[in-house]
Amino acid sequence: MRFHPIIAALKQHKAGVVLIALQIALTLAIVSNAVHIIVQRLDRVSRPTGVDEANLFRVSTLFVGAPLGDDKASLDKLDALQLSDVDALRHVPDVVSVSASNAMPLQGGIWVGGVSVKPNQKTPTSTFGYYYGDEQMIKTLGVRLIAGRNFNAGEVIHHTINDTSMSPVSIVSKHLADKLYPHGDVLGKTVYIDNKPTTVIGIVDALQISNASFHVTWDYDTVMQPVRLSGAVANYALRAKPGRLREALRESRAALFAADPMRVMPASWGLLSMAEIRDKAYRGDRGMAILMMGVCVVLLGVTAAGIVGLTSFWVGQRRRQIGVRRALGARRIDILRYFQIENLLIASAGVVIGVLLAQGLSLWLMSHYEMPRIPVTYLLVGAVALLMIGQMAVFVPARRASLVPPVEATRAA
Amino acid sequence: MVLAIGVGVAASMTTYSVFRAVSGDPIPWKSSKLFVPQIDMWGPSGRGPNGEPPDSLDYADAMALMRDHRAKRQSAIYAVAPSVIPTTKGSQPVNVSGYGVYSGFFPMVDAPFLFGSGWNADADAARSAVVVISSTLNDQLFGGHDSVGKTIDIEGKDYRVVGVLNHWNPQPIFFDVSDTGGFGGDGPDLFLPFERGVAVGMPNSGSQNCDAMPTSSGFVGLQQSSCVWISYLVELDDATSVSRYRSYLDGYADAQQAAGRFTWAKNNRLRDVPAFMDFEHVVPDDTRVSLLVALGLLVVCLVNTVGLLLAKFLRRSGEIGVRRALGAPRQAIYAQFLIEAGTVGAAGGVLGLLLTGVGVASVSLVLPPYIAALAKVDFSLLALTLVLAIVATLLAGLYPTFRASRVQPAWQLKSN
Repeated sequence: MRFHPIIAALKQHKAGVVLIALQIALTLAIVSNAVHIIVQRLDRVSRPTGVDEANLFRVSTLFVGAPLGDDKASLDKLDALQLSDVDALRHVPDVVSVSASNAMPLQGGIWVGGVSVKPNQKTPTSTFGYYYGDEQMIKTLGVRLIAGRNFNAGEVIHHTINDTSMSPVSIVSKHLADKLYPHGDVLGKTVYIDNKPTTVIGIVDALQISNASFHVTWDYDTVMQPVRLSGAVANYALRAKPGRLREALRESRAALFAADPMRVMPASWGLLSMAEIRDKAYRGDRGMAILMMGVCVVLLGVTAAGIVGLTSFWVGQRRRQIGVRRALGARRIDILRYFQIENLLIASAGVVIGVLLAQGLSLWLMSHYEMPRIPVTYLLVGAVALLMIGQMAVFVPARRASLVPPVEATRAA
Repeated sequence: MVLAIGVGVAASMTTYSVFRAVSGDPIPWKSSKLFVPQIDMWGPSGRGPNGEPPDSLDYADAMALMRDHRAKRQSAIYAVAPSVIPTTKGSQPVNVSGYGVYSGFFPMVDAPFLFGSGWNADADAARSAVVVISSTLNDQLFGGHDSVGKTIDIEGKDYRVVGVLNHWNPQPIFFDVSDTGGFGGDGPDLFLPFERGVAVGMPNSGSQNCDAMPTSSGFVGLQQSSCVWISYLVELDDATSVSRYRSYLDGYADAQQAAGRFTWAKNNRLRDVPAFMDFEHVVPDDTRVSLLVALGLLVVCLVNTVGLLLAKFLRRSGEIGVRRALGAPRQAIYAQFLIEAGTVGAAGGVLGLLLTGVGVASVSLVLPPYIAALAKVDFSLLALTLVLAIVATLLAGLYPTFRASRVQPAWQLKSN
């Protein structure tokens, strides 16, 4: 099969050729970038949190008439309220473990600090997210302690979030430990948070910071400190017996209201299972991925339909020529191949332009939005996929062309 | 072809409805007169990208600006979340959200009152226990009756209701972008005098950002610190007052530098509300990108339509030849095929309308509810969908029509 007659024939249909090529180019540019965005979203959503998600839930409650002052008496009163809540929750039959803890992965609310290896360091070694909680926090979250020791009850202090004192001991996540002391000898070292010293007594395995929308280099850099945060709002992390999450949620609510009815604990933020927290946190990402996927499917469909439409038209126009070729001895397969190669040529041109367009679009997106550059594999896979879609779309009209009988040559066009 | 246009138009319109919802101007008649001052109290080390100063104010600067009172109206704003205890026996206390503001706030944002009004400047100074509540809270506590003059219990203290707002929940929440990101909630439940809130120690429930840890603890420590947690809004009616306020801010920063508090040159900003919302990225990048993708889809659908119309029209070359040979001028051919293209577009538009309806309804399934709730189908969206479909198809039909009108009558007649 020589290309020359095909190209000569295409010159008679410049507009159609340009349109199909253009459509393929645009489709490739849009779909490859959209798929890139989808994959990024899905990567983000599937990041592990490091906690026992299946059984974890959070209880938040606001104490009505809680003291507002910062004096010691008020703070002790707030802490007593929390301790009595923790005690009430501990007696809930379907709850395995309770911790007064302000942080849970994906919850949104986050306190952030900077940690340094040396005192008076100008720029901190890393930014991190705090996990404040009592000595039950690690056990309740289901995070694995991989080195050192947990906090003991005597180390747990309580203060407000605006307090400036620093716990003398901290537990850091593995990711942060490796940043601070790359040789793995962080245990027992003193690090500086806001220029205040604290000693690293333990390392936990991967633990995500408590806000999922922070897509940053430090999203697994966490510091745990043995602090019960005092305030009008108290947060507790709870772990239910496996398979008893629903019951545990209900019982916890009842237990707290039975212990002290002067509280606000609405369904919207008072009692949330980890699954609900995850759903809330990633709803936007998932929605974006679904939207993009829908657009991609529609785009590919439209492009395929366009190819079918225009090629059918060409087949209709050339019935007589096809008949002549058949009469001169061309086999059916030759006719089929002719249209397939014709489409391959047009689609190849479109794909080449499309790869360039996709690169341009990606560069533009990079300069306007925080997005990495599109990897070459996406372009290659997209190009091959479009060539294949072109071949599949052209098959129907090409087959119809191959069925044109040689006798067409004798009929008027 | 009708399907392609319908789908393309519907996808564009659905994302446009979301885009329109989040990029809307919450106070269009006044947004160009409302400004957000930014002061560089942290210096070079605390600046954002492009050397931007923090987006809210610390207590000291906010109070200094309030004291100087250089704009027509101004208000420092901070978020509170107290609990309100209903007077009726046995009902549970409710947790509400609101703001500490100054008296200038209500006329500045043209807050609509159902009953009563805001408080006056004397109440600011006297730190009076007065409160403006939302109609929602009024319904909850007073069954929707005029509650002006009645008292409500906020955090154990009695406040006199001076005004009830009439369903006021502007989105984006332009007066508190830094805490809310611009969206969310059913609107603030109450407003109380700023200095009253501070005096009774009602803590800030919004975000706070610090360049250095406060030296002392608690809400009082926050007030003494350089942490930023106060939004600020000023009303400036014309260009002269804007430039006067700008130079006032510069003078203020110079004075701070002279006093030794700032060791860097002034670096202030004074953006009006639309510019500030743009600066704060109130419209999520996601939404912008999806609008682009949807527009791309529309373009591809149009290219597709050009191709299909071309095939459709040229297939009828014989018919065109006959019409032309019988004396129809080119114009008539133009008219015939543009009308045909327009009809296809109208059909696509109607289909697009249906699909847009489906699209907007399904947006709520996939997007965060606070954004989905804002996206709705209204008359202008419907009209726009139809117009877009027809105009787009007519544009797409131009080239095929041109080709059709060039058909040589003699040629067609001969080969037939």
